[in-house]
Amino acid sequence: MITDGKFGKYGGIFVPELLMPALEELEKAFLKYKDDKKFNEELDYYLREFAGRPTTLYYAKNLSEKLGCKIYLKREDMLHTGAHKINNTLGQGLLAKYMGKKRIIAETGAGQHGIATAVIGSLLDLPVDVYMGAEDVERQKLNVFRMELSGARVLPVENGSKTLKDAINDAFRDWVATVDTTYYLIGSTMGPHPYPTMVKHFQSIIGRETKKEILQKEGKLPDTVIACVGGGSNSMGIFSGFLDDEEVELIGVEGGGDGVETDRTGATLCKGTEGVLHGSFSFILQNYDGQISEAHSVSAGLDYPGVGPEHAYLKVTGRAKYDAITNKEALEGFEMLSKYEGIIPALESSHAVAYAVKYAKIPENKGKTIVINLSGRGDKDMFLVAREMGVEV
Amino acid sequence: MSPREIEVESYDEMFQRVKNKKEGAFIPFIVAGDPDFETSLEIVKAYVGNGADGLEIGFAFSDPVADGPTVQSADLRALNSGITTQKGFEFIRKIREFTSIPIGLLVYYNLIYQMGVDEFYKTAKESGVNAILAADLPPEEAQDAVVASEKYGVQQIFMVAQTTSNERLEKISKMCNGFLYVVAVMGVTGARKDLKISTVELVERVKTHSDLPIVVGFGISKPEHVQNVINSGADGAIVASAILDLITENLQDKEVMLDKISSFCHELKTATIKQ
Repeated sequence: MITDGKFGKYGGIFVPELLMPALEELEKAFLKYKDDKKFNEELDYYLREFAGRPTTLYYAKNLSEKLGCKIYLKREDMLHTGAHKINNTLGQGLLAKYMGKKRIIAETGAGQHGIATAVIGSLLDLPVDVYMGAEDVERQKLNVFRMELSGARVLPVENGSKTLKDAINDAFRDWVATVDTTYYLIGSTMGPHPYPTMVKHFQSIIGRETKKEILQKEGKLPDTVIACVGGGSNSMGIFSGFLDDEEVELIGVEGGGDGVETDRTGATLCKGTEGVLHGSFSFILQNYDGQISEAHSVSAGLDYPGVGPEHAYLKVTGRAKYDAITNKEALEGFEMLSKYEGIIPALESSHAVAYAVKYAKIPENKGKTIVINLSGRGDKDMFLVAREMGVEV
Repeated sequence: MSPREIEVESYDEMFQRVKNKKEGAFIPFIVAGDPDFETSLEIVKAYVGNGADGLEIGFAFSDPVADGPTVQSADLRALNSGITTQKGFEFIRKIREFTSIPIGLLVYYNLIYQMGVDEFYKTAKESGVNAILAADLPPEEAQDAVVASEKYGVQQIFMVAQTTSNERLEKISKMCNGFLYVVAVMGVTGARKDLKISTVELVERVKTHSDLPIVVGFGISKPEHVQNVINSGADGAIVASAILDLITENLQDKEVMLDKISSFCHELKTATIKQ
């Protein structure tokens, strides 16, 4: 390895020996192409023409007036496939192509990353296999169908809890056996080095655009940036634009599930402890011995017992603050944005919205300029939300 | 029991012992506590009674990415039967009451980290463990583990695979102690029908770059695999999934399970005799 992939003491490369050469090869390719003119021109082209970048920084007038703050929404929900995930899959998909890989594998929870990977498979003419927990396959049939329409093969995972973490386990197992020809496209700022660094790199476009846009609209930096944190890619993407601007408060919002104090939570940074999972050293939800717990959140994208290592670093250094929003609060945020702004957010992003509402109500935060990263749209969550609201659709 | 009271054969002594008999080492694997603590112990007795030269003991982990479905199921059975890291070490101490052959621990690093690296190695030594291999700990991240292994005299084992370059192989070989664990196949643990020619080539390649004894694992599931591996120059063979399958298939009848395991181990050991 050329670099160690550490954020303070977090991160690193905790993988079986079989994968080390593949990670070395990947790091080398990433470091080479990330500054390559042709690669970046091609990536910019696809981000613009295929994904729909740049996304707007939308002033949420009604919500702002109601809350007595200036609320801006970074509209990643407007991207092709409905979320920020495509920024990363385009970047890594292109990298796979440049590396001469013949096949892409990915893991997915709710299916958003799976879909974003499936479509770039079509775009770049690379076969895609998506590992998805059998339970998630059942819960997200529509997304399975979308992936299959784009030519991807969805492989249900029957092991363990049959959810995202088991899908990751099986994707790793596949990769261990097929490293020569296969590219593993991880969907978040997690996993072994170089993934956390690489995914952040491809998502940092969110932060760069946001900074430019807010300066145009407000003539100054925002007071606060709020984003939801599952594995941590949309938050890392937007935070990256402001890490050096100490005056900008960065807040990551985790899936609190039934509440951080309960066993049914996905709030890894708020409740977890240090440990090693899926290739890196970070915070995880685990028992005394180090057996990994199951996470719980109404939002599948936040339903993961680990978190990207750089977030662990930002937490302990105090550069970013992390809090949790419960399922119930998230649903309130979901309804509120839909009602006041006509924008239906993904349940993941609804956590950030709900937190912003809470935050704006604190007297000392009155009048602040707040950017919420609206990482995805809520189409995928319609059935679930309807059920939670007791509505039959 | 204090460390001094345990008579433990070293890997060096064991490899020399089998070499003198013109054999390779037969090293069966089990997950401590699979399917339950007592049965697991009886299975180890069956191993020892049927020719095991060393033992590879796994500590169950909820998310074993280097293992296939067979070992993962075994891990889950063990966890469901209530195994913990402390009980895992108690399991080793029980084994030490009836055998002195070398014991290697196969774990995932999070279990070591949560107990505390120093404490884990100390407890391992006191329990009678010879060596520790963490499946997800490459040399790059192994500094703390290596320090603790030297402090307590527990040998640190590393894996090498077909994807490992010669340069890397030599680096790993220098850090490794006791034996080099050669991963036979491209993939995770699990029984396989064929053992590829590439395994034999890999053993030969490893031998030119390392002086350590070589033990081959992953995918070795038949007596002829063992024979091939030993004849290609390896010092030993680890058999895991193929034995664990016998546990899985015979959970309803413990006696049948133990009988089948015993005769299978006997066959596997016989296959280590050099030809």
